[in-house]
Amino acid sequence: MTYQEKTTTVSLMSTLLIFGFYLVNALPLMQSEPMNSTAIFSLWATIIVLSIIVNIVSSILALIVFNVIQMIRTHEEESDIMDERDKLIGLKGTRNSYVTFSLGVLVSMVTLVMNMPAVVMFNLLVISGLAAQVVGDVSRLYLYRRGV
Amino acid sequence: MDKSLIQNNIRKLRFEQDEMTQKDLADKVGVTRQTIVAIENAKYSPSLELAFRIAQVFNVPLEEVFSYHPEADKKRSKKIV
Repeated sequence: MTYQEKTTTVSLMSTLLIFGFYLVNALPLMQSEPMNSTAIFSLWATIIVLSIIVNIVSSILALIVFNVIQMIRTHEEESDIMDERDKLIGLKGTRNSYVTFSLGVLVSMVTLVMNMPAVVMFNLLVISGLAAQVVGDVSRLYLYRRGV
Repeated sequence: MDKSLIQNNIRKLRFEQDEMTQKDLADKVGVTRQTIVAIENAKYSPSLELAFRIAQVFNVPLEEVFSYHPEADKKRSKKIV
């Protein structure tokens, strides 16, 4: 497994961990006591902002820890060259992420049109954001393995 | 994913240059070794600039390094039809 594949796998793992944490902790909030709309908007806006911050920080931390472990194991610093192939794979992964997130946003807006509770829309937004990152990482791994 | 329509002689040219390693070639053209591996296995078609840089390292014209095989594309299209 190449260095780029390893870092993508680490990023994927950290996203999946956050995804799991979200499903276990945040989803039950939805089923708990009903709240008025102002409270719901405030709570879910906080959850979305927090999940974005936690996702970024945890990805950075996971990469730092991975690089330290890698350096201890191999005693050599990884080259930070990002060549044209890496950039192309990165762009394709990002494109797939955006498509996934856009579909998620579309579906979450449809729930509002169908007069479903705002909580459903917020949940779909968070889930599609996390799913977009998973799709991006998985497609990068796929492209590294199977070719561009 | 299908192999590229662009085939290459990089393996042969490396052999002729005293078994130049993939890492050496990668360093000379400024990419990672994995990219050279992908190009050699026809899993990645390099940019025109990188293709010229590779040809320059071997001191041969571009056509001696890379060749285009559109017939493979026709076969692929027939399969789809």
